[in-house]
Amino acid sequence: MKEGGKAKKKKDKVAVTRSVVLTGVGGQGTVLAANLLARALLAHGFDVKTSEVHGMAQRGGSVVSMVRFGESVASPLVPHGEAEAVVATEMLEALRYMHFLAPGGRVICSRTRIDPLPVLQGVQEYPENAEELIHENAPGSMMVDAIEIAAEAGSARSANTVLLGILSLSLPVTEAEWLAALEEVIPERVLEANRRAFFSGRALEPRAAPGGATR
Amino acid sequence: MPEQLLMMGNEAVALGAYHSGVAFASAYPGTPSTEILEELSRFDGVYAEWAPNEKVAMEAAVGASLGGVRSLAAMKHVGLNVAADPWFTLPYIGVSGGLVVVSADDPGMHSSQNEQDNRYYAKAAKVPMLEPADSQEAYDFTREAFRMSERFDTPVLLRLTTRVCHSRSIVVTSEPEKAPPVPYVKDAVKRVMIPGHARLRHPVLVERLAELEKFSEGFPGQRKINGSGDAVVVASGVAYQYAREAFPDVSILKLAMTHPLPRKLMRDFLGSFKDVYVVEELEPYLEESVAALGLSPRGKDSVPRVDELNVDRVRDAFPELAGGSKGKKPIKEIKGLPARPPILCAGCPHRGIMYVLARLKAIISGDIGCYTLSVLPPLEAHDCQVCMGASITMGHGLYKALEIASGGEGADGPLSHRVVSVIGDSTFFHSGLTGLMEMAYNDGRFTVVILDNRTTAMTGFQDHPGTGVTLKGQPTAAIDIEMLARSLGIESVHVVDPYDLEECRRVLREEMKRDAPSVVIARRPCVLLERGKERIPMSVESEACNDCGLCLRLACPALVKRGEEVVILEDACLGCGICAHVCRQDAITTV
Repeated sequence: MKEGGKAKKKKDKVAVTRSVVLTGVGGQGTVLAANLLARALLAHGFDVKTSEVHGMAQRGGSVVSMVRFGESVASPLVPHGEAEAVVATEMLEALRYMHFLAPGGRVICSRTRIDPLPVLQGVQEYPENAEELIHENAPGSMMVDAIEIAAEAGSARSANTVLLGILSLSLPVTEAEWLAALEEVIPERVLEANRRAFFSGRALEPRAAPGGATR
Repeated sequence: MPEQLLMMGNEAVALGAYHSGVAFASAYPGTPSTEILEELSRFDGVYAEWAPNEKVAMEAAVGASLGGVRSLAAMKHVGLNVAADPWFTLPYIGVSGGLVVVSADDPGMHSSQNEQDNRYYAKAAKVPMLEPADSQEAYDFTREAFRMSERFDTPVLLRLTTRVCHSRSIVVTSEPEKAPPVPYVKDAVKRVMIPGHARLRHPVLVERLAELEKFSEGFPGQRKINGSGDAVVVASGVAYQYAREAFPDVSILKLAMTHPLPRKLMRDFLGSFKDVYVVEELEPYLEESVAALGLSPRGKDSVPRVDELNVDRVRDAFPELAGGSKGKKPIKEIKGLPARPPILCAGCPHRGIMYVLARLKAIISGDIGCYTLSVLPPLEAHDCQVCMGASITMGHGLYKALEIASGGEGADGPLSHRVVSVIGDSTFFHSGLTGLMEMAYNDGRFTVVILDNRTTAMTGFQDHPGTGVTLKGQPTAAIDIEMLARSLGIESVHVVDPYDLEECRRVLREEMKRDAPSVVIARRPCVLLERGKERIPMSVESEACNDCGLCLRLACPALVKRGEEVVILEDACLGCGICAHVCRQDAITTV
């Protein structure tokens, strides 16, 4: 920080911006999950920016939220090929946003399939090999039965929190900071279930996981 | 004590207004602006309301300003079109309490029918404009806007875009201020715009603009960021964020007050570089002004004029500024995936009536709301739609034209009688009422269907003049649409239950034949308002089902095809029973 001109410093700051893309289907809680992640990162002392889509989110459409963090974040939108993780509560949506991944980036995805209208209507086909496609394109990816794990933790609706628990292993945020963020963002009546869901995810050993997570 | 908060741009505007001592705020909900008033309504001491439409919201805010308190009106970009009438004269009369108007533009049309660039509204009306680039600036500039408004006796436009409204970033607050009401003084020459007075006021605006330009030259938000090389980028709003990430080494002129522009500062700073680039979303608003200084900027020759920008698009527009390619896009976008468009929810009361109208071959003049989603296959139940409230008025014109063109009978009866205008309750109160007057007064012999789901659903369930509840949650008078229609002289007014398709079909068929103005109100609360109510899901009896697929034409997410069979997803089905009405084999029953 001491040496170099202004431009140099600016460049260094921008270069360390890290990104996560969260995706799912309207109503699955993607916006809430992004907010939770952002607050945990803020608690750790990062500059944070998120981007989300409102309006259509409750009409069953494809939803994507983005979270960026670092010393000084510029764009709230993640450039293509720069996300270290795509966190997805639905497999088709993981495929749709995978191209945001940086080389070596991974998908953390719930083994959940929600057929969109063209599939329900028999007009288009759901990619039957979704899981393979994800692994093929991003070899370090992780598929989990997040809804089952969340249900075991107390609420099937906190699948997103399970996935964030897995993601948390690759972030410098401390458990205390995560807990503070959970308390800040999650409504009281489902807080305990979300806490448990988070730690179920965080404790998840890829091969020993309930439901058999795969890498 | 200043706090550090993670806030959406809209929340930051609300907090900035609150810390500025705002006392009155009015809006009509519209993405991406809605949360501003929702947030403001939570603060004690702030009067906040949903107005029937944006014109009303702005005029009410003007009145409140003249009454001496700091006031705010918020709207989405197209809302400013509705409010354009007061907008252009408002600067003539000026303010008493500070007055801030927020325009939330939607580049990329995430939830809008066009992507107009409202910066031109500031220029056209001679109103100063601030453009925040993140939540901190949204907070700071809201506070600055109130101060500017009072100092220069003018409304101020705070121009946001979707990625400022709905991005979260850190806000550090500053000391809240109190804004004691300014005592009311009558000043008719300044505030009654008869031509004689307006002629006196217009020169004041021109002088004020010159004063504002001097202010703009010294405004601390106009930032000169020195980089390396002999090129400079001009940017404002969120486009600045994309530019500084795409071109980290390049000098930037980051403009915050974009009307009036600081022409001297621009000429001096930009003139010292060999090449000038302008990075902005939508129209070449800044580029035109830079060119007017005698410079030759690059801009819309490479930066897309449509859709929103992002770092990739900005980098691709001027790769020479990016300094070497990043050379890493290992995963290609996977093509051919099934799309996931937004759809009408399972149990949505709009579904059945749109299905019936499509089956009756209605020519449907539509409006803005969830029901517009029925234009998509397989329902395909819309013919035209343009803006809030236009369904009835366009339907009236369509009816008249088809009458003139056909001169009488078509094969299925007069074509003109197939015209049906479809409008939601909130949209009806917004700007449908004048259309209904047009129909009644000028003898439009077509049918208006008002889909009364007791809320403003698409923007997130806001109350409106028909719900009997205010933004602050207080009980209030609820306007009766049926009585309203009758009071206009429309004799044929029917209320139907949109879950009862037989009734809907019978009434609509009759009303479409009727040679008189007709109103049908389809009343049932939005299914998302009824969450938690007991539900009895439907199911398909596979022996009775002949796989005709008719029910699939309802586009219900709970009704799916599994192989050759149609099944109902028990978890998703809310038991509305519309599919049972549609089935000709009586194969769909309650579980």
